[in-house]
Amino acid sequence: MDLLKWARMKSPWICHFNTGGCNACDIEVVAVLTPRFDVERFGVLLKGSPRHADVLVVTGPVTQQSEARLKRVYEQMAEPKFVLAVGVCTCSGGVFHGCYNARGGVDTVIPVDVYIGGCPPRPSEIIDGVVHVLNKIAGGGLAEKSSVNEGQAVQ
Amino acid sequence: MEKNILIPIGPQHPGFKEPMRLDISIDGEKVVDADIILSFNHRGIEKATEARSYIQNLYLIERVCGICSHAHTTSYCHAVEEILGLQVPDQARYIRTFIGELERIQSHLLWLGIAGHEIGWDTLLMYTWRDRERVNDMLELISGNRVHYAMNTIGGVRRDIAQEDISGLKEGLDLLEKSVKYYIHVITEEETFLMRTRGVGYLSTDKARKLCAVGPTTRASNVKIDVRADDSYAAYLDLDFSVVTAESGDVWGRSIVKTGELVQSIRICRQVLDVLPGGEIRTKAPPKVPTGEAVSRYEAPRGELIYYVKSNGSNMPERVKIRSPTLGNWLVMAEMLKGVYIADVPIVVDAIDPCLSCSARVTMTDYSKGKKVVTTLGALGKWKKGRRGIA
Repeated sequence: MDLLKWARMKSPWICHFNTGGCNACDIEVVAVLTPRFDVERFGVLLKGSPRHADVLVVTGPVTQQSEARLKRVYEQMAEPKFVLAVGVCTCSGGVFHGCYNARGGVDTVIPVDVYIGGCPPRPSEIIDGVVHVLNKIAGGGLAEKSSVNEGQAVQ
Repeated sequence: MEKNILIPIGPQHPGFKEPMRLDISIDGEKVVDADIILSFNHRGIEKATEARSYIQNLYLIERVCGICSHAHTTSYCHAVEEILGLQVPDQARYIRTFIGELERIQSHLLWLGIAGHEIGWDTLLMYTWRDRERVNDMLELISGNRVHYAMNTIGGVRRDIAQEDISGLKEGLDLLEKSVKYYIHVITEEETFLMRTRGVGYLSTDKARKLCAVGPTTRASNVKIDVRADDSYAAYLDLDFSVVTAESGDVWGRSIVKTGELVQSIRICRQVLDVLPGGEIRTKAPPKVPTGEAVSRYEAPRGELIYYVKSNGSNMPERVKIRSPTLGNWLVMAEMLKGVYIADVPIVVDAIDPCLSCSARVTMTDYSKGKKVVTTLGALGKWKKGRRGIA
């Protein structure tokens, strides 16, 4: 394993963007960062700027107004970048499927690496997703990055 | 005089957990004016309710907001029950109250943590979120879920509080009371907190009334309004609690009010557990609702929440209108921002406890003409017709 990949695996920095979610996933993402679940033990740190982040954590069904922003945030990230879709409405639109202002899921806009279902997913499920991302960084365990609307769901 | 500088903040910004944009004009270090740009979260829920049955809407409306989900469904249920003329069993009224108060506790603890984070004091965030997990455990014990409890149904609640769980819940409340006492000590005496919050984001009683602020924001400016006391619903009429107010009108006052409310909520929860009447938890409701309309008010953690439901005799509502508490507080937030330092912007914004997911409304901006047009949902539905699903 080369040095860069090793460093990335030991400390993946995440950036969080809400694309119109109901807050539930967001507070669970924050709960994951706080004492009881504490993903910092995997070296995961929440960063303010997408330019510093390796993993983009997206929550919400992607509203029309946040769509352009999501693309911009994604483009600002440095390669290699990974996307973690948290919550069922982020994966497929969920309860908001068919709402006039919501796209059906984040993978209609940007490619997604790991999908986490649930409304909202429990913190332990989010940690499971993070571990899947770590496996992917190491180059094993999961299928290739989905382009649009394809990918492996993590239940 | 030099021209003021405009700084756009957001929608993706480390200071905000949710997408919003704030254009602040500054003169040196001070904020002169603030413009709030919302609707990054607009999903079209009010329109979507018209295409779902009353029961299906419960689960959609729960997802208006993840932090005060119970407030939204309770308010919606009250409105529909009023049209139906349903009498909700006593046990259900008490359970609704209990879940509502637990929700207030977790919401206020969440706020206190985020407030600590915004003033650069992450220790407070870690402490309050550790204690918030206890509330989540209690909610999970009752409902099986940490965030969206899905407790309400039209005519009552879906799950009972089991007799054997009561002692565990009481223990949880004791632990919470202990930590809340500590937080009150921190907020009133810790220099770190006092220096960053005292006199910041001032709102006078007069302005709070004039701009129709709601919830803890207005109570901190010494306006004594609380729907639980003024227009009692669920079981609040039978319970003993007091409305907490503060006189300082600044961020510090809002913290005092919120921690005071934590104490009151714990008190209410204890009373509910002591006097749970038992018996039926729901009255069966017919799927179709006769023609009529109703308005219901609810004191959500952030303030007064209003639901308007209009029915046309079918199994789907004709119109559901939601006035969320944060929407009532935007005006005062813009007011409070004037004159504060740039470094204080996040804590002042956070002091109203903004919950954007429920307050995003449709405003179309024509940038070429620089005009803003507020459209009706109907017009927007037509505009997007054929593009996707519902309208």
